[in-house]
Amino acid sequence: MAAVAERPGLILDPRLEPVLRDAVAALGRAGAGAEAEAGLAAALGAVRAALAAAGGPAALGERERALFGAFLRSLARAPGAARPEGVWQRCFLEGPPGLVFCVLLESLGSAGSGLDPREVVGVLEQFLQEGRLSALLWEVCQQQAQAGCPELQDVLINKIVCLPEHVSNKLQGKNPPVFFPQNYFPLLGDAILQVLEKISDSLRGGLDCSISFVSHVLGKVCIHGRQKEILGVLVPCLTDLTKSDCIWQRICWRLVECVPDRWMEAVVLGFVQRAPGADVLSRLLGNLVVKNKKAQFVVTQKMLLLQYGHTTEVLQNLLGYLSLDGLRRTLLLRVLQELLETWSSSSAVKHSTAEQQLYISKAILICLSHLKEPEIETHRQELLTSMMEGVKCRLDSSLPQQRRLGMVVAESISLKINTEGPVLKFEYEEDDETRELKFLLVQTPSFCNVPSLPDDDRSEKAGAALPLVPESNEKSHAAAPVMSNEESDTEFDSDDDLIPYDMSEDKELKIKAPVYIRDCIEVLTGSRTEDVDKWEATVKALESLVRKNPAATREVSVELAKILLHLEEKTCIEGFVELRQRAQVAVLTTDPIPVAKYLTSQFYSLNYSLRQRMDILDVLVLAAQELSCPKFLGKTKHSGAQKPCIQLLQGSDSSKGWRRVVDERIKNKTRRLDKGQCHVELASRPNEFNSVAGYFFFPLIQHFDRPLTTFDLLGEDHLVLGRLAHTLAILMYLAVNTVAVTAMGKALLEFVWALRFHTDSYVRQGLLSCISSLLLSVPTERILADMTEELLETQSWLGDVMEKDPDGDCRRLALQNLLLMENLKKKLEVVPS
Amino acid sequence: MALPPPDPQFVLRGTGAAVHILHFSCGGPEPDIPLLFSGSESGFIHVWNLRTHRVDTALDGHGRKSVYCVETMGGKDRLLSQGRDQRICLWDLAEGRTSVTDSVFTEHVGFCRCSLLKVAQGRWLMAMAARSLEEVQILELPSKTSVCTLKPEVGAKLGMPMCLKLWQLSCGSQPVLLAGYEDGSVVLWNVSMGKALSQLICHQEPVMSLDFDSEKAKGISGSSEKVLSIWSLNEQQNLQVYKTHELVNAGISDITIRPDKKILATAGWDHRIRIFGWKKLKPLAVLDYHTATVHCVSFSDHSNPRERLLAAGSKDQRISVWSIYAQT
Repeated sequence: MAAVAERPGLILDPRLEPVLRDAVAALGRAGAGAEAEAGLAAALGAVRAALAAAGGPAALGERERALFGAFLRSLARAPGAARPEGVWQRCFLEGPPGLVFCVLLESLGSAGSGLDPREVVGVLEQFLQEGRLSALLWEVCQQQAQAGCPELQDVLINKIVCLPEHVSNKLQGKNPPVFFPQNYFPLLGDAILQVLEKISDSLRGGLDCSISFVSHVLGKVCIHGRQKEILGVLVPCLTDLTKSDCIWQRICWRLVECVPDRWMEAVVLGFVQRAPGADVLSRLLGNLVVKNKKAQFVVTQKMLLLQYGHTTEVLQNLLGYLSLDGLRRTLLLRVLQELLETWSSSSAVKHSTAEQQLYISKAILICLSHLKEPEIETHRQELLTSMMEGVKCRLDSSLPQQRRLGMVVAESISLKINTEGPVLKFEYEEDDETRELKFLLVQTPSFCNVPSLPDDDRSEKAGAALPLVPESNEKSHAAAPVMSNEESDTEFDSDDDLIPYDMSEDKELKIKAPVYIRDCIEVLTGSRTEDVDKWEATVKALESLVRKNPAATREVSVELAKILLHLEEKTCIEGFVELRQRAQVAVLTTDPIPVAKYLTSQFYSLNYSLRQRMDILDVLVLAAQELSCPKFLGKTKHSGAQKPCIQLLQGSDSSKGWRRVVDERIKNKTRRLDKGQCHVELASRPNEFNSVAGYFFFPLIQHFDRPLTTFDLLGEDHLVLGRLAHTLAILMYLAVNTVAVTAMGKALLEFVWALRFHTDSYVRQGLLSCISSLLLSVPTERILADMTEELLETQSWLGDVMEKDPDGDCRRLALQNLLLMENLKKKLEVVPS
Repeated sequence: MALPPPDPQFVLRGTGAAVHILHFSCGGPEPDIPLLFSGSESGFIHVWNLRTHRVDTALDGHGRKSVYCVETMGGKDRLLSQGRDQRICLWDLAEGRTSVTDSVFTEHVGFCRCSLLKVAQGRWLMAMAARSLEEVQILELPSKTSVCTLKPEVGAKLGMPMCLKLWQLSCGSQPVLLAGYEDGSVVLWNVSMGKALSQLICHQEPVMSLDFDSEKAKGISGSSEKVLSIWSLNEQQNLQVYKTHELVNAGISDITIRPDKKILATAGWDHRIRIFGWKKLKPLAVLDYHTATVHCVSFSDHSNPRERLLAAGSKDQRISVWSIYAQT
């Protein structure tokens, strides 16, 4: 306060006060005539001169400010004609900036005052361009050091931050570009920087200074959603300034610390998102998370566990920031614990979205990359437990992405905690996502120069490991001259006296495949291991053989189906699974009823692996598809059937292939209904699936709720249940226009109803596909006559799924179903009329 | 138009199991009957009388485990055999005896045939794969004393030895070993110093078989690939690639150069025997008789060149005997 007492402004300036009074009086007389106008101009000139003589607006005392305020207000009220052009604007621009700003905004807000809004905006524009905004901030900062009025400041903050809106509202959008938010807020940022510079100067001069007003402004701007504009200016400058200057660092820390709690989140988020690296973030925020509860909550809880939309860079910034200081490292460990808890909780796995799980996994990996050896040592057991739990419930999942995520994270954790022992290793296909995840683990924080390992060094090591190789390479280079030596003595050293025999028969070896189906059975069932080549050839030839000899196949169809179902890959044949599947499909389509009976009965019998059961489902679907699809005059019989086979097989790991088929058809159908009656007739042919659809469908749907000792569809074998649901959906779809379709639809609805709250999203997707195909396949009148009630129930369930399901695909499918139902309704309205 | 390839001279049936090794003993003077020894998967060594084409004796010394190496030691009365029971047996066959006189327990679990070299009258050196994976052991026979153990350098990662060829330039000079390894390289070892002289990577796959012509200092090796590799040895004892020869089908299980170094024969996984001229590796004939992988090829040691024979043993349990390029 000693510094304040010395300020000359407190001593009333004898010259300014009368001048101001005169000016107010002159303004009161304004409009009285030319003489009054001249007097006014002189009075304004006198005010400016006196103000300058007093040492500028900063020198004004309490009372003078009040007087000056009155003067400005009357100036603003004065009729336009009375104000001498050019001079009155200067009065505003040279006056105390806070006062001026308030008066200008007041006159902008009050209707019918002397000043035209455009004039006010013009002055404001000049005000901004002349850097008065920073003067304004600085003024308040100084006042604050002597305890300014908080309400007043709040008003001022509001006005500063909402200026673009005010102006725009007043001018109905015809505001000058400087008031566009994208221009205004960077300008405000610059002003803040200037003020911070002044603060830094005064701190260096040993003067106390308050930064909280600037913090408030910053907070308010951020909560208004203008982080991008303002921090885009502030962060790069502050990054530079704090590089080596600890006063600037302190200023920066204070700047963020003084932000009120209610705006803290927006500010911290803005900084974390915009800082170019964890080290910079650490410089800018200091130990904010330790000091401020709100910031701690935002950083350690909200951004990690509740939100999941942030980019990987943001995560890296955030966690890197936590790792860079001893105090914060305890937080890092706590965060890791909480992340792992979430990761390993099976209910979280089931009920959170795939994106969130990916986000959490990324966060875990980044945390791990920051852990140090002793920290790992103390937390090894916890890490191990969480890893085991998490990977268990992920491997249980039927979504491949989930499983892979579990495997990658578990591998990474095990890599970190087992520095010596064996490391967990799973088999999965690498893709961009897994590579990205693994990269997160190995990368070190940005300030350690990663690629500094000298290349020469590495190649030297490699050279040391294989000492003999380069040597021998050299030798092989040297081989050329040796050869020419040999070349020279060809005359007496040739094989010419040896006459070759005919070698035209020396072709690539081809194994002769069996020609009869019974031979195939013999080869495939034979236990003679040495006939591997023949076995391979048989597997390759079987499909075409079956298709060429339907009569012979029918004699042994069930036996052949049995053999194929149990056929294991003896040798490494390329595409063995596909070959076997195609042969199975061929057998099933050749003799549908007995083979379908056999396969469906085997699906529910003991002692099959899940893979075999899923094979059965695949084969049933492919065969049904082949039987139901119209073939063109028999000549494209094979290609027509094979094409979808391959597509399905590629997608057989996920539900994508299945869904794509159904989705496409749903799309086609929907469009057709919308357009009306433009039905394209395909080449007509009896649907071969018609007579056998029941054999495919009903045995499958009958026993799903009867667990066997080795197979529990409703329990842990939900992957197969999901496949079963998808299979039933496709069979239902393919059964369109068949006699059994209504009965099938009813059974299917019951099936769906029983399982509708299944926890596995893959199963739910299957159920939703079932509903789609039901709506598409069963004739409308039958749906309405036979299953109205069930349908209404289903509709409300679909509504629920659409709104609440954690899985995005489920929500989408539910929406599609509801649209289909809507179409159905529309159709119904059309029919009576 | 080239002549069609000849048919086998005769075929020996009756081993009852896949044939893994063949060895002729026809060099004896006139009253001696030319013999062919065959080792089969069932563990028997059959001694075939080449006059009657019948089995004279069947030797059972390897506990019914596959026999994959048979060599005579000096004459037809002393025989060495190696089997999958991890034993090398020395037989006394003189005067109708069929007894195992001595045996060496190799403790080696692979398929690497041992290699025998006569260094003096009644004294042989034998190279065999040893118990520890990468090592080769040299023994002196009949004393069974270990001469040395050849260990690759630490970290060389050669893998198991797959085939061995022990030879010396002339009688009395230092014995040298050529060994083909699992990683596809051939290494030249100085036996007396126990040190590798040169290494050459001939193949990407394990070397299945090799043979070496010490006169021309040139060798040939085959692997499970489609390529034959021919390499030479220069005066500095360095192995160099000489040329490679592309085959129609992959997989060579045995290579033998005829003792007169004019032709060589390969046993192919494609059931075929191939004959090449040794000097330029000119393809001469493809003998297609067997119906399964050919495991071994062997040339006879008839003193009269015109009687020379080629025999091949196959997984199809038959031994085909051919007379080819016997006139030259």
